[in-house]
Amino acid sequence: MKNIALRQEIKFDVRSIREDFPVLARVIHGKPLAYLDNGASAQQPDSVIAAVDDYVRRHHANIHRGVHTLSQEATALYEAARDRVMEFIHARSRHEVIFVRGTTEAINLVAQSYARPRLTGGDEVLITYLEHHANIVPWQMVCEQTGAKLVVAPMDESGEIHAEAVEALMSDRTRVFACAHVSNALGTVLPVKRLMASAKARGIVTLVDGAQAVPHMSVDVQDLDCDFYAFSGHKLFAPTGIGALYGRESILERMAPWQGGGDMILAVTFGKTTYNALPYKFEAGTPNIAGTVGLGSAIAYLQAMDLAGARAHEHALLAYATDVLGQIDGLRIVGTAREKASLVSFVVAGVHPHDLGTILDEDGIAVRTGHHCAMPVMDYFRLAGTARASFAFYNTFGEIDRLAAGIRRSRSIFA
Amino acid sequence: MELDDLYRDVILDHNRHPRNFGPLDGADASVEGFNPMCGDRLTVRLKMAGDTIADIRFEGQGCAISTASASLMTEAVKGRSRADALGLFGRVHEMLTDDEASGEELGKLAALSGVREFPARVKCASLCWHTLASALRSPDPQHPAAVSTE
Repeated sequence: MKNIALRQEIKFDVRSIREDFPVLARVIHGKPLAYLDNGASAQQPDSVIAAVDDYVRRHHANIHRGVHTLSQEATALYEAARDRVMEFIHARSRHEVIFVRGTTEAINLVAQSYARPRLTGGDEVLITYLEHHANIVPWQMVCEQTGAKLVVAPMDESGEIHAEAVEALMSDRTRVFACAHVSNALGTVLPVKRLMASAKARGIVTLVDGAQAVPHMSVDVQDLDCDFYAFSGHKLFAPTGIGALYGRESILERMAPWQGGGDMILAVTFGKTTYNALPYKFEAGTPNIAGTVGLGSAIAYLQAMDLAGARAHEHALLAYATDVLGQIDGLRIVGTAREKASLVSFVVAGVHPHDLGTILDEDGIAVRTGHHCAMPVMDYFRLAGTARASFAFYNTFGEIDRLAAGIRRSRSIFA
Repeated sequence: MELDDLYRDVILDHNRHPRNFGPLDGADASVEGFNPMCGDRLTVRLKMAGDTIADIRFEGQGCAISTASASLMTEAVKGRSRADALGLFGRVHEMLTDDEASGEELGKLAALSGVREFPARVKCASLCWHTLASALRSPDPQHPAAVSTE
């Protein structure tokens, strides 16, 4: 009964929120779905599904330069989504919002278009130990291409990144500093604001991988004072294949386009091409218009909901899960930073994460198991992988109880 | 789909007490298998007597399915010829992927037949076999190619 006392009562109507997400009504192997894999991809509310549906049924055409009605409507919807994103992350101008496929493409864009032409041997790119592969590999590639060196700031055994340790590695050789806002594997919230200020003071260009942050906290790129901020739509209750890159206008202006093609040009002759203005310079080819409409709609959904209540509920879920899982014999939580987003990564003695994932799935519980695209983090903890329960505001305390029961069942199978 | 059918007693036993587990001194071949999906790694080592697998041992970390499968495999192929062991791999693979194949004739290895109801786990069971096959097929047993399930 001890567990019940741990539930913080938050004034937040989870039941009605759940009704907005049709997939949450699914039954998996005879049990109601408990979707605890939001860190990998979140579910979409009816309003997003309807917005995409309406776009496809009534407004679809290619955007920009079309004089016919549908093209103008599609363009208006696409550009309205840009305004939504601008508001959502508090960019100064809509020119600073570039639509991309997702966080991965955003980071690759910055690595190739900003860093590659500017780095030379002797330069350094600084990242941290807990990055997702998407914020490691693009920098490794650009270092290979330019002769620059990849420098990795340390993490402590709780999964925290200490600002002093990162700052100690910032030098006059450091040209780019890239870090996660929130760790996908551990949940750690990084001291991003301080790190941005430290980097800026040393003239280092900064990128924040915000994929795991935007679903859980308000992001203000002006307040953070970062140069680039990247995130994906599908972790933010929007469809897959759409994301956004924020870039500081003065830097974007100086960057060459990443990809060439239609829409990113003003005039083309075989002798010379004049590039389009921001943000179109970085949006070659026909974009994911339907996905963009979905992203705009997802942000509208968040803006219309009781976000403060949602965030409080998520924190209560995290606190509850930390307590309830912590009481299970043989369970160890991996990632115990003081400030975390609502996810819990853990290992269970005698039960491999992969077996645990299968057993929980039989109970209708979806968690992610494995290395979470953060192999260096797993190596640090000398683990092949963990199980990770990652929460959204539509999750319930009851689902965490079911998770705990499933973990206990797995312990008994392998006892 | 029944969990009991996946985690049969034979599997649980071989996971808890893997047979032929550990290093093998003087091995003729050593191949590492890697499942990048889950990070599981195992190394299979062989001693050949002519065309016969005289000894086989494995090491590594993996889930219950991958550990039990490797343990069962080492028991099943020890003393078999190269061609015989590869033929057995074919029949095990069939059992893991084909609903029609009962695996009855495979003896203890049939304990793995429940895996086919869990498509996400087939690679866990087949990793050790792919690794063994690479060792057996390699023209240079001292330097066989590493194996990845992806």
